[in-house]
Amino acid sequence: MQKRLIISSTLLNLTIERLCRQVIENHDGFSDSIIIGLQPKGVFLAERISKKLQELLGKSIPTGQLDISFNRDDFRRREIPVKSYITNIPFQIEGKKVILVDDVLYTGRSVRSALEALVSLGRPSKIEFLTLVDRKHSRHVPIEADYIGQKVNTLPTQKVLVELKEQGFENDNIWLITKDE
Amino acid sequence: MNSNQQLSSKHLLGIKDITVDDIHLILETAKQFKEVINRPQKKVPTLRDVTIANIFFENSTRTRISFELAQKRLSADTINFAASNSSVKKGETLLDTVNNILAMKVDMIVIRHSSVGVPHFLSKKVSANIINAGDGTHEHPTQALLDCFSIQQKLGQIEGKRICIFGDILHSRVALSNIFALKKLGAEVRVCGPSTLIPKHIESLGVQISHNVRESLNWCDVANVLRIQMERQQISYFPSLREYALYFGINKEMLDSLNKEIVIMHPGPINRGVEITSDVADSQHSIILDQVENGVAIRMAVLYLLASRTN
Repeated sequence: MQKRLIISSTLLNLTIERLCRQVIENHDGFSDSIIIGLQPKGVFLAERISKKLQELLGKSIPTGQLDISFNRDDFRRREIPVKSYITNIPFQIEGKKVILVDDVLYTGRSVRSALEALVSLGRPSKIEFLTLVDRKHSRHVPIEADYIGQKVNTLPTQKVLVELKEQGFENDNIWLITKDE
Repeated sequence: MNSNQQLSSKHLLGIKDITVDDIHLILETAKQFKEVINRPQKKVPTLRDVTIANIFFENSTRTRISFELAQKRLSADTINFAASNSSVKKGETLLDTVNNILAMKVDMIVIRHSSVGVPHFLSKKVSANIINAGDGTHEHPTQALLDCFSIQQKLGQIEGKRICIFGDILHSRVALSNIFALKKLGAEVRVCGPSTLIPKHIESLGVQISHNVRESLNWCDVANVLRIQMERQQISYFPSLREYALYFGINKEMLDSLNKEIVIMHPGPINRGVEITSDVADSQHSIILDQVENGVAIRMAVLYLLASRTN
């Protein structure tokens, strides 16, 4: 097994800051914007982005957590069922500009499920998608991200492993894993 | 961690047959579904390609509606079958009835029957997932799970809590399933009722026995009060309902004299004025209607977890 570091702790902080500045450009004053992280790891990133935006803007942005287990399209088709997490969006999403946040964009199926889950809670005026890692050329559905931390070329046999401090790791590290043949 | 995301069995036949991990997984998943059923749009598409038959050989209002609602909230297709207006009346056997329903490509069966062991029998004969919605005086697993969930939501945890089950223990599948579940989760359990309605050897399940309502109320954190099941009593277990209410009924004056917090539960239907008075059933101690709400979340969790197993 080969392990290549694609985003280190230092780079992650820089990337989050850059993504926040890009988001600010598109969200005039953040009067109607909200952030929603996808369970589980997107939630950690959403919280970091929310904190950074608060530093940069001087105001707090409503931040929620969305679980997509019940909207997945591979239910009854997986060996091991996915673990479900809590959805916690204690504010209205109706008419709001939503920034969805997740760690890795791969096939796009999670984002499709998230869109379905989100519209069942109301009708946002706009939905954008922010991802830390975009695995290029691997989409199963026509979905792309609006804000991208880093684009990487990967093979279907490879895996992107995200380790964040919130999960109990000592440092933030994002790896590309290649299994031996 | 992966082992905890899947139930150990493809059926829910009784609490006795499932593991502590299974119970924790169901309770944990139910929390997520409770959030779902409190959304403005209470429905998720999860079971959109699953067909479920609700087969009720015995009357039911709450359980049947609760299961049906749970199935609809999960977007499953459902068919309802009541034995009273079916070919069972024409002499068809249970297995034939069920196999005919399954031939129409049904994935899961929710069954209630007055005979003990019917769900277990079916689970050995057919390939669909079987959920026991009550078999005679044996088990009623989803009721016990929703009772545990309600206690957990109210008191934070079950381990170490004292729970007393009052009333007709002898005929009650709710009592037996509750005892199995509560013991597995580490609660102290006591049963309280007239000696004629307490089964022999019940202490072998690790429960205490009492015949004193006032003293038991003092002892427990949660009082789960059961209905007197007139339909299952061929002989008289007590002289009259009035006498039962006098010696074993729970009233407001008793609760007020306790000087402590207590939680009152009842699986329904309530015989108001017999096992509990109206002012107790409607008091701030009572979580009877929360139990009904939690019932839908628990049944959604059970259906979801059983359906998610790849067979």
